[in-house]
Amino acid sequence: MTDQAFSLWVYLSQTPLLWLVVTLSAYVIADRISQAFRRHPIFNPVLMSVIAVALVLWATRTSYPVYFEGAKFVHFLLGPATVALAIPLYENRHIVLRSIVPMMVALVVGSVTAIVSAVSIAQLFGMPNSILISLAPKSVTAPVGMGITEALGGDPALTAILVMLTGVTGSIMVTPLMNALRMNDWRARGFAVGLASHGIGTARAFQVNSLAGTFAGIAMGLNALVTALLLPLVLKLLLD
Amino acid sequence: MIIGLTVILLCQLLGEVVARGLGWPLPGPVLGMLFLLVFLGLRDRVAKKVPELGKPLDATGKGLLAHLSLLFIPASVGVVQRLDVLADYGVGLAIALVASTFVTLVVTVVTFVVVSRLSGSTMDAEAGTRD
Repeated sequence: MTDQAFSLWVYLSQTPLLWLVVTLSAYVIADRISQAFRRHPIFNPVLMSVIAVALVLWATRTSYPVYFEGAKFVHFLLGPATVALAIPLYENRHIVLRSIVPMMVALVVGSVTAIVSAVSIAQLFGMPNSILISLAPKSVTAPVGMGITEALGGDPALTAILVMLTGVTGSIMVTPLMNALRMNDWRARGFAVGLASHGIGTARAFQVNSLAGTFAGIAMGLNALVTALLLPLVLKLLLD
Repeated sequence: MIIGLTVILLCQLLGEVVARGLGWPLPGPVLGMLFLLVFLGLRDRVAKKVPELGKPLDATGKGLLAHLSLLFIPASVGVVQRLDVLADYGVGLAIALVASTFVTLVVTVVTFVVVSRLSGSTMDAEAGTRD
């Protein structure tokens, strides 16, 4: 690299602009690829963008805190986007109100299933309790999941990773699985992916069908609440 | 767009204040969603005197939701850089995670559909596909 190019790089790599552009470009390209394959679940835009950005950071030896200085502007919008889930929810309020009973039953059954299945499978591999605790809230949106783990003495960083991987896994799995089961009720499909795979699953649901997205958003919010309340009790039964 | 964004951020702020103030285990934005829901209900009732709070607010919110995937990228990049945490139990965790996600999806969707039929709140196919 020439001196001039190097000093330009030093300047740009320290401003938020560069990493904001990298994040947006990675997403725009990943979203185009996803569209080109008619939203085929394998071409998950979150997964593709994350891999692309991680490769750029690795190639340029950029540390994550430097990257996040720029990307935080995008990250911040997660909050307002969560609030904005109220808009499709309000538009579909009549359908939602009519679905209260199936929603509440599926919420409790699904929430307990998510915790019990993850922990009992992991127990078969002889994992220590600290890892089991960190795995238990994997289906919950990251801030809540990390809070639960921390309160129970697990590793919040591990929870963050497992939550993200669960989100991507559910988003990839949901469409072929629901089609194979011949589930054509968009409410139920959306609710399941929001419960199992929180926000990343909700993003997938909104790409497929807006009613599914609405129910996914509801499931994500409710499951955060129910898991925070139920998980300590369920874990006590499983780990003792 | 600015008014819409202001209302949304105001709801988020209220949500943060209440959630932290009362020490609830819910994230502020989730509570903010409830506040916006109440606001939307009032908006329709109070009349259509403030058109800026009508369609533009909805458009701003839907614009954010259309690109929800984008918003997960910054945090997820941080996560893939710490995959080393998985080192010790990587295989077991991967199996537990995939199997549990699969089971949770199936159990939740089947429960929803069965209870929906039993309680008579089934949907006709058209309602879901109108978008």
